[in-house]
Amino acid sequence: MSAKTGVGAPVLRKEDFRFITGKGQYTDDINRQDQAYAYFLRSPHAHATIKKLDISAAKSAPGVLGVLTGDDLAADKIGGLICGWMIHNKDGSPMKAGAHPALAQGKVRYVGDHVAVVIADTYAQAKDAAEKIIVDYQVLPAVVDMNKAKGSVAIHDVAPDNMVYDWHLGDKAATDAAFAKAKHVTKIDVVNNRLIPNAMEPRAAIGDFDSGTGVYTLYTTSQNPHVARLVLSAFVGIAPEHKLRVIAPDVGGGFGSKIFIYAEETVCVWASKKVGRPVKWTADRTEAFLSDAHGRDHITHAELALDDKGKILGFRVHTKANLGAYLSTFSSCVPTYLYAPLLSGQYDIPAIYAEVEGIYTTTAPVDAYRGAGRPEATFLVERIIEKAARETGTDPALFRRKNFIKSFPHQTPVIMAYDTGNYTASLDLALEMADYKNFGKRKKDSAKNGKLRGIGFSAYIEACGIAPSAAVGSLGAGVGLWESAEIRVNPVGTVEVLTGSHSHGQGHETTFAQLVADRLGIDIESVSVVHGDTDKVQFGMGTYGSRSGAVGMSAIVKAVDKVIAKGKKVAAYALEAAEKDIEFKDGRFNVAGTDKSLAFGEVALQAYIAHKFNGQDLEPGLKEGAFYDPTNFTFPSGVHICEVEIDPETGVTDIVKWTAVDDFGNIINPMIVEGQVHGGIAQGVGQALLEGAHYNADGQLVTASYMDYTMPRADDLPSFDIGITTTPCTTNPLGIKGCGEAGAIAAPPAVINAITDAVGHEDVPMPATPLAVWHACQKGARKLAAE
Amino acid sequence: MYAFSYHNPKTVRQAATLLSKNAEGKVLAGGQTLLPTMKQRLASPSALIDLGHAEGLSGIEQKGRNIVIGAMTRHVDVATSAIVKNAIPGLAALAEGIGDAAVRNRGTIGGSIANNDPAADYPSAALALGATIVTNKRKIAADDFFQGMFATALEEGEIIVKVSFPIPSKAAYEKFPNPASRYALVGVFVAKKGSDVRVAVTGAGSNGVFRSKECEAALAGRFNAKSLEGVKVSASGLNADMHATSEYRAHLIPVMAKRAVTKALGK
Repeated sequence: MSAKTGVGAPVLRKEDFRFITGKGQYTDDINRQDQAYAYFLRSPHAHATIKKLDISAAKSAPGVLGVLTGDDLAADKIGGLICGWMIHNKDGSPMKAGAHPALAQGKVRYVGDHVAVVIADTYAQAKDAAEKIIVDYQVLPAVVDMNKAKGSVAIHDVAPDNMVYDWHLGDKAATDAAFAKAKHVTKIDVVNNRLIPNAMEPRAAIGDFDSGTGVYTLYTTSQNPHVARLVLSAFVGIAPEHKLRVIAPDVGGGFGSKIFIYAEETVCVWASKKVGRPVKWTADRTEAFLSDAHGRDHITHAELALDDKGKILGFRVHTKANLGAYLSTFSSCVPTYLYAPLLSGQYDIPAIYAEVEGIYTTTAPVDAYRGAGRPEATFLVERIIEKAARETGTDPALFRRKNFIKSFPHQTPVIMAYDTGNYTASLDLALEMADYKNFGKRKKDSAKNGKLRGIGFSAYIEACGIAPSAAVGSLGAGVGLWESAEIRVNPVGTVEVLTGSHSHGQGHETTFAQLVADRLGIDIESVSVVHGDTDKVQFGMGTYGSRSGAVGMSAIVKAVDKVIAKGKKVAAYALEAAEKDIEFKDGRFNVAGTDKSLAFGEVALQAYIAHKFNGQDLEPGLKEGAFYDPTNFTFPSGVHICEVEIDPETGVTDIVKWTAVDDFGNIINPMIVEGQVHGGIAQGVGQALLEGAHYNADGQLVTASYMDYTMPRADDLPSFDIGITTTPCTTNPLGIKGCGEAGAIAAPPAVINAITDAVGHEDVPMPATPLAVWHACQKGARKLAAE
Repeated sequence: MYAFSYHNPKTVRQAATLLSKNAEGKVLAGGQTLLPTMKQRLASPSALIDLGHAEGLSGIEQKGRNIVIGAMTRHVDVATSAIVKNAIPGLAALAEGIGDAAVRNRGTIGGSIANNDPAADYPSAALALGATIVTNKRKIAADDFFQGMFATALEEGEIIVKVSFPIPSKAAYEKFPNPASRYALVGVFVAKKGSDVRVAVTGAGSNGVFRSKECEAALAGRFNAKSLEGVKVSASGLNADMHATSEYRAHLIPVMAKRAVTKALGK
């Protein structure tokens, strides 16, 4: 095993050659014979009853094969889309989930909701025909503002006050008691802005029904094809699992938005049988803005109780979470179990109580987006910690240090038990890298040039490696969150790794091969990774929640260990030695204390020719599978420090320095990890400075294109100074914690803490656009003048 | 996109004839606005008359004290022209800041001026420099040409052939971009020619490009950034949207003007 490709080496990504040379196979690159095209007629209204839907003219338009509506779904007994996580109210009653038909059944609930589908020989014909559909809408009031949702017209009959749930976590009495003895209470109101994911590849699907075999194949842009098959079989009722194959080929980014099972892929696979042709749909960018599940969108009031020494006594949180017009696949758990259990942050907080209201609005569904609940928790915790430090006149680094959890394992008052960490080490390294001690001098220099300089901290924690099945089951999840792997060794010793994880940018083809090659002592080029096809991989839970390292690779290691164990048996026969005397080291099976030895490939060949076996004792072949169910979440953590310079004349914020110190546990490929950190910070800076989905009072999405929705660009970002501290995870065999979401979780509070430091007050919203910061500068100037 | 007929005339005269024959037809220059609008089905011209093959519409030359730029000259060619950089560096810099490289490789000065997008960059240069817009029928002073949002003095069948810019003694453009689209939220072009100082503002006015009387008055005495200290511009008649209030735009006009003056003076 070459050190250049082993675990810990910055191996270049094996998949990049095909991506960079245009040889990737994305869903839209796939074309089936006689393929037809789907166009979805979408609601122009945020909220309306469909009084009449006349499809007759569209049906007879040129090239049209079918025009299908919600009535056709009902006639075929096709079920609605589901939400896979049951949340219970404070009183123990279940949440109120309205029906979610893939095509509207009498009502539309957001702009972009699916009214009907036209399938035609060409996409242009389908689009032309859709213009001939006549819809008579009775427009109802839009419900956009969460604070006004309660008294507004009901979006779903089952939820007359537009409340999905009223949930809580923690000990209210203990928290109240903590506040009763507090010497200082810091209060904060924060809005976590709504984001639109914007994966580079828009969603796409091809449904292909084979009348010869009765098998449906769905090609789709999915992060978890097996979960898609399970839902489409067991709940939507397209076909039983053995008659439905789901293929998620190369997928160009997901960030969570491709976890969910959407209307379009459901309709394409169902309609392929109805029209007797494969049916393809690829979203245009406007459809992506309108109908991909959005992220974040919280309004929170929180209070932090401190004693006279600045130690935290208790934390009280009330959050309103916008869930949109329908409950998307995992939407219900994002602002509850992926949010409130992270409210202890890196701090020793004796009592926490959180209340969350999940609210329906006439906007696109909101679900998991890079970080999913954890960025919202970190933003809140790190903003109130910063504010508390300022109010008590304490250096923000010192305030954090004083309140850090310092011994592990640590049980928080909100479910999570942190296995390991060293928060002080991350802070110390970050302070040094950021040259914190000279910040005051830099601030003075900026002031000489008429600029405001500020520095902001974010000491984040996340719960990754999602997740122990028993734990999530007890909290309402409809599935277990283990992962599977299979190692297939070919007769001459090359290896295929089949994984239930799914790569859509993470580089699994490289890191998984690195791990397996390292363990088996073979060349990395002898290992290939197979994923994303339910006919090849038996089952898997997919990739999200920074789980594929901690959970997916743990399953792989388990399967590799089984291969080695079987290999020892094979070697014992082949070398005519006792199995207990066989040792496996550096890719060779050796008989202890002798020079008798076989290479891994030789043992593989012996396993397949089976000439030396007694067939009753040992089966031929070398192939092993494993399921790995984690015993705990993993807890990556770190400290990011952002330094900004603001031009008070224009309100433009320039990020002049970024220090990121992360503890991801053990690392397989530091180059890929660094890339994940870069991308995560870019998305986090996007949330903090640039991105914000905006619906107007009529429920129209104003930011439905790049003309108004600001994505981060390279010139919005500085070069990042990246540092690593390591405390290996104690609950999985590799000591991995996960890194995919860290940057997006850490970045927003670091930016806003820096800007509020610069302008001298806390009233800075996200995104902190030039307009917002200009207003904040004016307010800051007024405040200074008054003092 | 809906179906349309396509024509590629070899001369401006042929183009004008085709335009008169196709009442619902549109002239296609660089297509950086028209084609996306058609793709979104927001525009559906019956015919496109492509000027890309018409002779004599491209090129940059200095004629006496004027820089004359053909209507079909691409932004990239203005941005990189030695003639423009030497005579009116602010104009070359403006062209270099339009859109992205793909837009600059296709977009044309004639198309930009004829479209008169209220956030486009070129109208501010034309107005501040006192340009003359030459069409197949006549010459129009920039002061008379821009007539409000997407509205110009162009009559039916009239096609811009070239734009002539008098060479100023000092000029520069400063743009505050919309964070998302990077069109001008407020773009200010200042130009000084002899004692004449003009300050044209794009992106801010709800009626398109306009001259800022407040800034021009302040600069009339001394062409210096300091002259603009304390200048207040009224917010009335300025655009307001999610990216900028009219007050913010009003505030940015003298700020950008100051920066443009500093740049024009080479400081």
